[in-house]
Amino acid sequence: MAAHLKKRVYEEFSKVVQIPPEEVPVKKLRLSKPSKSAALHIDLCKASCSTDALQYLLQFARKAVEAESVEGVIRILLEHYYKETDNSVRLKIVSLLGLLSKTKGFSPDCIVDDAINALTTEKSHQVLAQLMDTLLVIGSQLPDNLLVRQRLIDMACKARLSRSRDVQSVISDYFGDQEPRVRTAAIKAMLQLHERGMNINQIIYDQLYPESIVPIPSSNEEVRLVDDSFGKISHMISDGSWMVRVQAAKTLGSMLQVSHYFLEQTLDKKLMSDLRRKRTAHERAKELYASGEFSSGRKWADDAPKERLDTNAVNLIASGACGAFVHGLEDEMYEVRIAAVEALSLLAQSSPSFAEKCLDFLVDMFNDEIEEVRLQSIHVLREISKNIILREDQLDTVLAVLEDSSRDIREALHELLCYTNVSTKECVQLALLELLKNLNKYPTDRNSVWKCLKFLGSRHPTLVLPLVPELLSTHPYFDTPEPDMDDPAYIAVLVLVFNAATSCPTMSSLFSDHTFRHYAYLRDSLSHLLAGRGGGRVVELVDSAAGPGSVESAQVFLQDSLNRVNTIHSLEAPGSQDLLDFTIRLGELQTELAGAADFCATYLRCQLLLMKALQERLWNMAVPLCLKQNAMATAAARQILEETYKLEFVYSGLESRQVATVHHIRLQARALQLVLTARARKGQFLPELPHFQETFVGKLLELIPRLSSCKTVELIKILQSTLRQSSMLPLTLPQQLHRATATIIEPTGESDHPLKFTTGLVVALDIDATLEHVQDPQTRVLYPDGQAHVITPKPGDFRKPGPGRHRLITQVYLSHSAWTDPGHVEVRLLLAYSSSTPSKTGWADSTDSLPPPEAAIEGTIPFSKSVKVLIMPKPARR
Amino acid sequence: MPEIKVTPLGAGQDVGRSCILVSFGGKNIMLDCGMHMGFNDDRRFPDFSYITQNGRLTDHFHLDHCGALPYMSEMVGYDGPIYMTHPTKAICPILLEDFRKITVDKKGETNFFTSQMIKDCMKKVVPLNLHQTVQVDDELEIKAYYAGHVLGAAMVQLKVGSESVVYTGDYNMTPDRHLGAAWIDKCRPDILISESTYATTIRDSKRCRERDFLKKVHETVERGGKVLIPVFALGRAQELCILLETFWERMNLKAPIYFSTGLTEKANHYYKLFITWTNQKIRKTFVQRNMFEFKHIKPFDRSYADNPGPMVVFATPGMLHAGQSLQIFKKWAGHEKNMVIMPGYCVQGTIGHKILNGQRKLELEGRSTLEVKLQVEYMSFSAHADAKGIMQLIRMAEPRNVLLVHGEAAKMEFLKGKIEQEFSINCFMPANGETATVTTNPSVPVDISLNLLKREMSLGGTLPDPKKPRTMHGTLIMKENSLRLVSPEQALKELGLSEHQLRFTCRVQLQDPHSDADTLRRIYTHLKSVLKGYTTQHLPDSMSVMVESIVVKVSSSAEDPNTKVLLLSWSYQDEDLGSFLSTLLKKGLPSGLC
Repeated sequence: MAAHLKKRVYEEFSKVVQIPPEEVPVKKLRLSKPSKSAALHIDLCKASCSTDALQYLLQFARKAVEAESVEGVIRILLEHYYKETDNSVRLKIVSLLGLLSKTKGFSPDCIVDDAINALTTEKSHQVLAQLMDTLLVIGSQLPDNLLVRQRLIDMACKARLSRSRDVQSVISDYFGDQEPRVRTAAIKAMLQLHERGMNINQIIYDQLYPESIVPIPSSNEEVRLVDDSFGKISHMISDGSWMVRVQAAKTLGSMLQVSHYFLEQTLDKKLMSDLRRKRTAHERAKELYASGEFSSGRKWADDAPKERLDTNAVNLIASGACGAFVHGLEDEMYEVRIAAVEALSLLAQSSPSFAEKCLDFLVDMFNDEIEEVRLQSIHVLREISKNIILREDQLDTVLAVLEDSSRDIREALHELLCYTNVSTKECVQLALLELLKNLNKYPTDRNSVWKCLKFLGSRHPTLVLPLVPELLSTHPYFDTPEPDMDDPAYIAVLVLVFNAATSCPTMSSLFSDHTFRHYAYLRDSLSHLLAGRGGGRVVELVDSAAGPGSVESAQVFLQDSLNRVNTIHSLEAPGSQDLLDFTIRLGELQTELAGAADFCATYLRCQLLLMKALQERLWNMAVPLCLKQNAMATAAARQILEETYKLEFVYSGLESRQVATVHHIRLQARALQLVLTARARKGQFLPELPHFQETFVGKLLELIPRLSSCKTVELIKILQSTLRQSSMLPLTLPQQLHRATATIIEPTGESDHPLKFTTGLVVALDIDATLEHVQDPQTRVLYPDGQAHVITPKPGDFRKPGPGRHRLITQVYLSHSAWTDPGHVEVRLLLAYSSSTPSKTGWADSTDSLPPPEAAIEGTIPFSKSVKVLIMPKPARR
Repeated sequence: MPEIKVTPLGAGQDVGRSCILVSFGGKNIMLDCGMHMGFNDDRRFPDFSYITQNGRLTDHFHLDHCGALPYMSEMVGYDGPIYMTHPTKAICPILLEDFRKITVDKKGETNFFTSQMIKDCMKKVVPLNLHQTVQVDDELEIKAYYAGHVLGAAMVQLKVGSESVVYTGDYNMTPDRHLGAAWIDKCRPDILISESTYATTIRDSKRCRERDFLKKVHETVERGGKVLIPVFALGRAQELCILLETFWERMNLKAPIYFSTGLTEKANHYYKLFITWTNQKIRKTFVQRNMFEFKHIKPFDRSYADNPGPMVVFATPGMLHAGQSLQIFKKWAGHEKNMVIMPGYCVQGTIGHKILNGQRKLELEGRSTLEVKLQVEYMSFSAHADAKGIMQLIRMAEPRNVLLVHGEAAKMEFLKGKIEQEFSINCFMPANGETATVTTNPSVPVDISLNLLKREMSLGGTLPDPKKPRTMHGTLIMKENSLRLVSPEQALKELGLSEHQLRFTCRVQLQDPHSDADTLRRIYTHLKSVLKGYTTQHLPDSMSVMVESIVVKVSSSAEDPNTKVLLLSWSYQDEDLGSFLSTLLKKGLPSGLC
């Protein structure tokens, strides 16, 4: 039915479109003409001058017209419209058309053609405007006829564009206004027009920037608009104000369509010949003869002026704009330098040839005096390094930075090396040597260096291959002594070689026996460094021992073991214990799964604890006899509670499903607690009930209406039985699960020198830590006398070297009354979770209440190992 | 036309003994007062024979900019104020004293200034801050801008009324490790006097040079070689020290760096003090640590030169022509592991110049020869603006004329062409003693009386359009250095003069057969129809028509009654209308007039 209707609509429409109004036979009009339209027709014909006609029309407009006669009236009106010469009458007719088309029961699609036709022939602006209005009315009367609406919209667009020239010229007249606010408003208006998709005339562009003439003055040369504006903006990079310079550098970075001549010019302060057009071949020859008219000042005594070039030579870019990035990169303000480096990165990412060229400049920035700039340029180089292959000399300069004393810089450089491509085996060797040197100089960089070598190896297997005998110091005839497996340098070499071997099967034939043994060892101890899959005897060798070798299979395996756990159901504790161990182990082998596996393991541990607490016989015994058991169960309940908080807040990427599961187990733990308490002290319990775990009881009351009616004793019984009957909820794994971790790098806790300070004064302890997947950690300082301070670091102390990773560099202020001997304070990082009360900050509130040492501060979870620092507050000298 | 005259007494198409005389707006100012290092006779000082001046400025402490200062102020006898920036004032006397010691005590010259003279001279110095406008007298004001180059170097703007001159002194547009870049606002001076040491050079990236330098030093030190860097006591020495110091710190290097003692140590004190004159990095970090308190750089002792193992030594002087740097060079020259890095310009004839030109065997005094085996490197760490920098400064300041000094003539010529081509402004390069003259077109401010302005506004109607000039009538009174524009009546009143009426009369002959009275009426109707906006009166009694204040009288000529003679008379103020009427009436009356 609907389809049928639709078809009819289309039929009707197409009919209307195809009948041009001129061909409408007069006869037909008469046929459909009721009395009213006839009267109007006669009236209009009678009208001798325009005012009379207008008068009639006005009178007509006051009367209502019935739906069936509308069409006839419209025909008559249109007829008169075409005949009429007076603007005002035409205007009135058109407005009448609009009014009429609003009549209920009349479908105005027959007028559309006429109106559009009129629109094309009409000259008067007022009538045109009215026509547009009428069309708008018609369009809104036809909400379901999409075709007509589309057509109307097209018409409107065309009409607007044909007149847009006028708008532009009107606005552009105001560019020259004496009042700056007017000029600003005019330019803003133009910008708005442009943003609506209107093309701005080139003539007006010139007017906007009078000093910029797109065709080069005094010649016929022309350049692309984007190139021209690029040149102009390059100019601004030597502006007097540094804010302009920053903006200019940023803008340059956003202009990606610039032709490469112009891009390359930004790296050379001298005008290059590409952007200079010569008139004759003669001059071109001359230019070859004296290509550098300015000397570079790099060599001694080359600054004698050379032959002058013909002044007729035309520059496509103002010579002041040359070398914009050279200027930007050696700017006085580091803000400008950073902006320039970022712009370079954006431009280089879109143009490989430019990337090649700007490499040297970026490498130069490694020498900048401000660390942020150095860091930024290393990051940028990493971003563009997929476009480039480092040459040996470039690599050399890059590697020189490895000796930098700043850990940030070195780590950034390691990251960079992870992504670089080098060209020769010498480069690989060079990189390895420098990295080993770095390892030697800064042993703390161990992990980062190994990781770097892992990628270096897997990226350049063929370049590593010829180096293998030398690297492993094997000999064709003699057995060489087995290297020490504890040597970080040897591990580094092995990481490089093994990662190369994963994609280069022939390599394993070069290995000696102990190398394979070492592989097995490394595979187990440093599995994250050897995550490559497939290929070679080596991998197979270990695969059989360690189980699944790849991420996917490990994932499947994890899910399998989980399923198995789920089928076990309660009571078979030993079996699940094994499974549990295995799951945790799996996490260590596969870094990608560590979070998930750990999560499962913790969850399972909770379940086990719960089962243990419930399975005991104690429930059947008399209360006084089972004190010990009771204590055990209480401890279990408390531990489960703690673990569930960890489960909920330490892992990121949890879905609501898992959160619910965790809540469920917490609920059970709470119930257990309640039951235990109830059993332990029957007498005192009832009055305490309201205070005791209100939320839990509340929930339970809601859940089970029956409970609300019964007494408390009964309630406990019910709880007890439900608890014991409850089974474990199966756990499904979320896609991405990360465990929040933190390592305190500084202080190391190995120092024997106490930090001495005067009592009552404050000493600052530098803390340097890496955090992963963490939102807002706090630091806690625990003094030997049990005082604990929680300190929230400032947001500015966090740096973000990579996704999901943070680096915390902060200072913790310590103070204490005088001690006789140096003593340890413990420093650790805590994770505050939001469901609890706002976390405490500063000392004042936590010093007066002395919490017991190991109890976690409310609402926080310790998630890093604590570090001990020796401090020694000395009594103040008087 | 007012003029600005610039006469270089030194540094005109020449490097050294900078001294430029500027006179404009009735003021004479001497810019810099330097000496030439190459001469030992009277030529080393500028020729002061024809000077009468109001003030003088020294832009920085290099001897070629301030060396002749005591000579001029004490021995020639100039007694006006001397302007210097604070760091220049602090460091200048040290250098002068050192210079005096060398010339008088060592070479035994007699006709030279004494240390008392230096002290007296320094008492006349008025210190200047950056961007501080100082009124030298009622009209002349000076303002200093940051110039980079060395600590305390400044560019100065001199201004009298609307005329202004900017003198750059030596400047550097590329920031370095301890100083920022020169900066000036768009002050649009009439003349920009710019140095042009590197008129033909566009240096490539400074970073690249720094990297090369550090790499070379690093490599040599790693090899166990010794690096000698001959420097002058102030300026580059500090920059390179900072560069090496930060590098050593970053790379955790252990090889010792030595710095020859004496002058440099004293000067380093001042570098520590004038932190505000240094670059962003040093200014921001000096609270934690002053960059000029070097950790790795220690004072040098003569005996250290024979120590084994790698080391880096900064030694004076910079051209290896004498002193400590030469001694060390002689010791180290024989070993190819060692290296000498020349960071700057070397004058012809010095050993530095010879080895840079590739000479491998040197003849020393006493007929001994020295074989040069060590590596010789040249690194341009000069702190002068290159051609691009000069252009950049010109673009920043937008001067109407440029004048180049402090450079070699041939190179200046080249740059001059470039400047004229790119900016299409005039560029001068006078030689010493030659005067460059620039005519200026200063705008003269005039006070206008409010009444006159209001009257003019009521006449002109709309508000003034700044793009269209408008003429107005008024009287300009020049009295006691003040200019006022007032209405003529007020001027008469003020000056106590009586007004003289000036009337034009004109006779027009007209062929008209009517009687005089009729003709008059006809003229009245004609004029009334033509001059619609004016009041036209018919006064038949006196046989005349009045249009505003213009009187038209009719009389018939004696011979021919048909020829009427019209007498027109108008005052000077109605000149426009009067001449219009006379031409109108000369055309005759239209025939259709009733």
